[in-house]
Amino acid sequence: MPRRLWVRCSVVAVVLAVSLWYLYPPRNSINLGLDLQGGIHLVLGVDVDKYVASQTERAAEDLKSGLERKGVAVKRVIREGLSTIVVELANATNWNDALTVAAEFSAFEVAQRDDKGGRFTLAMRERQITQLRDDAVRQGLETIRNRIDQFGVAEATIARQGVDRILIQLPGVQDPDRAKALIGKTALLEFKLLDEQTPVEQALAGRLPETSEVVYQRRVDKETKAERKIPYVVQKRTLLTGSELTRAEVQADPNSTGNWQVAIEFTATGTRIFGEVTEQNVGRHLAIILDGNLYSAPRINERIPGGRAVITGQFTVDEARDLAIVLRAGALPAPVTILEERTVGPSLGADSIRQGMIAILGSAGAVFVFMLLYYRISGAIADVALVLNLIILLACMAAFGATLTLPGIAGIALTIGMAVDTNILIFERIREELRVGKTARSAIEAGFARALRTIIDTHLTVMVTAAILYNFGTGPVKGFAVSLFVGLAASLFTAYFFTRLLFDIIYTARRRKVQAISI
Amino acid sequence: MIELFHAPNYNFVGKRRWAYVVSGLIMLIGLGSLGLRGLRYDIDFTGGTLVQVRFEQSPTVGAIRAGLSRIQLGESVIQQYGDPREYIIRATLTTDSSEELAKRVTGALGQETSLGKFEIRRVEFVGPQVGRDLQLQAIYAVLFSLAGILIYIAWAFKSVKGGVAAIAAVFHDMIVCLGALSLSGREFSLPVLAALLTIIGYSVNDTIVAYDRLRENRGKFSQKGKSFAEQMNDAVNQTLSRTVLTSLTVFLSTAILLFFGGKTLEDFAFVLFIGVITGTYSTIYIAGSIIVDWTQAAEGRVARRKKAVAKA
Repeated sequence: MPRRLWVRCSVVAVVLAVSLWYLYPPRNSINLGLDLQGGIHLVLGVDVDKYVASQTERAAEDLKSGLERKGVAVKRVIREGLSTIVVELANATNWNDALTVAAEFSAFEVAQRDDKGGRFTLAMRERQITQLRDDAVRQGLETIRNRIDQFGVAEATIARQGVDRILIQLPGVQDPDRAKALIGKTALLEFKLLDEQTPVEQALAGRLPETSEVVYQRRVDKETKAERKIPYVVQKRTLLTGSELTRAEVQADPNSTGNWQVAIEFTATGTRIFGEVTEQNVGRHLAIILDGNLYSAPRINERIPGGRAVITGQFTVDEARDLAIVLRAGALPAPVTILEERTVGPSLGADSIRQGMIAILGSAGAVFVFMLLYYRISGAIADVALVLNLIILLACMAAFGATLTLPGIAGIALTIGMAVDTNILIFERIREELRVGKTARSAIEAGFARALRTIIDTHLTVMVTAAILYNFGTGPVKGFAVSLFVGLAASLFTAYFFTRLLFDIIYTARRRKVQAISI
Repeated sequence: MIELFHAPNYNFVGKRRWAYVVSGLIMLIGLGSLGLRGLRYDIDFTGGTLVQVRFEQSPTVGAIRAGLSRIQLGESVIQQYGDPREYIIRATLTTDSSEELAKRVTGALGQETSLGKFEIRRVEFVGPQVGRDLQLQAIYAVLFSLAGILIYIAWAFKSVKGGVAAIAAVFHDMIVCLGALSLSGREFSLPVLAALLTIIGYSVNDTIVAYDRLRENRGKFSQKGKSFAEQMNDAVNQTLSRTVLTSLTVFLSTAILLFFGGKTLEDFAFVLFIGVITGTYSTIYIAGSIIVDWTQAAEGRVARRKKAVAKA
């Protein structure tokens, strides 16, 4: 055997060895897509503007207290629209002091001013708005990742998609409603005082002070599933939020059997604030509000120094557990909505795998037999190349951590058809050369050489389409593009390089003259 | 040696007028169906909710509809899906929290006792924004791959005409595929889009093989004195056995996908199945013919101008 032949043989041997190494052990080498193993695929939209608005709201509150500290009499400081703060002073005398305080809020700039009227507006800088929107998605992603980690899902995918979307894939999770509730809950825990001066009826009629609002307590009857909404009047001011929590644990509710509650513990700061609040408001009711729903409003009997509290609400053990998870993982910076959901049950996934395997084996088998019948020994060579192609394709997918989806299986079946095209091109070329009377050796030589340009052209065009498909496609279609692209790249190696090697070993490398090619 | 064709020399290009008529008719039927019946889009593109249910015993559509009538579903489609026990329930987007629909469907079916036990096998919800995004992505994907192919051919063969002719053939194939989709009442879904894009690549593949041969033959002794039409015809004939053989193998693969790949892959395989046939045809008849007519027209103009110059 000539030396160059040895080199080429070793290349193939190395590629085969590396491929097999990646494919071992076969069970857990290739990731299966959600459509094959079952699971939940979610795309969430983050309401980034809500976050900008809430940050502006907070800045307005800070500004107001800042102005009051400086002794500037304020008529009102309110948020207007998404990111503007309107400041109205009681009189224009402290104008300069007011501007000095406002200048400390570097995220804002003065947009309009009315010196004589004692009124000015602050607008958030564009850069800051962009930054906040980005933060909202980033923090939301982290929080959701945290929740899912605590929920315990193996190999979950949580990734940012586009500007304000979050993609979540939970393989194997079978209860979509529970998972959605866990992920989608904003989990903003707030402690507010009840407004005991305003009667509920009056508040419902719309007559309530500007500092108060109506929130509802939802009670679901476990028997009839009927929902009741009980209105409460609470003060708008938030005394403490869930961000000051350190622990949240599930406990049996001692006052109502069969129900569960969540015990929470505050941080040092939280404990101090909670102590002060309870001390100053003994005898009043403290409302515990989660995502705008009032859970309970217990009476403060005395100062609570230890920084502990419980949230009760007739929870089942799962509900209590999930609530504890979201409280521990923290609130989402902004509400999220489900934009896309795909849930595949495990039995459907198993069916798809079976059908996909039948399809692959069927199309491979048909092509195998066809090539053998039509091209005989050369056909057998092409078949061996096809097997190598499949091995490399699967190994590449395992190595890159690509996901095999049902359309991906279709892509493999198609690759089989297209890989064999390369061999057909070459073999038809060799036949042509033989027809014009060339010897076996030079026909092989010329056949491979002439087909090369065409093969590269055809592969490149389909790879261009596959690449575009990958960039524009989503989920399952991406899987198709991946297997098509990798399959074509592998086919360049197997159908051209490897087949040529086999031809050379069988025909051209021999000392004695080859009379005929079986083609 | 088995040979499909022995040194074929069919006059494909010469019969191109017939090909134009046939293609024109087929495209007219396709476009007519697209215009009159239209394409049904999957929830991937329209937005909506889909629930796939498998019952223990095969139910009737009426029983399912009766079960679902408890909840106001709006416009819903109930469809048997492959197995007689398996059904798909589809609802268009409603204003109030559509993602909750699956839960309500499950509840409603559970209350209809005559349906027996069932299993929810798949739930898909696509919101209006995502649907719109996917529509745009689909259009971009098609346009960009066409542009990519046009640029590649124009560059590799230094022939814009060749690129345009190849794209024309691709357009022909796409109209045929979409027309077949519309006529058979199948849905345009994401996998169908993937199949269409594959057909684009595949159809162009065949065309490139023929162009390659044309390029290679140029300057060869045998081609001397032949018109462009004859050269093109030679190239198509010389690559004919490869084109047909390859189509046959891809055809085999897609036929098996179509008949054994299961319901989920059926529409995908259907488009490929049609596409392979029309892709082969359009390579032989359309791409080559257009470039010939275009070249002849261009040559004719040059010749007339020369004559005019000579007269003057």
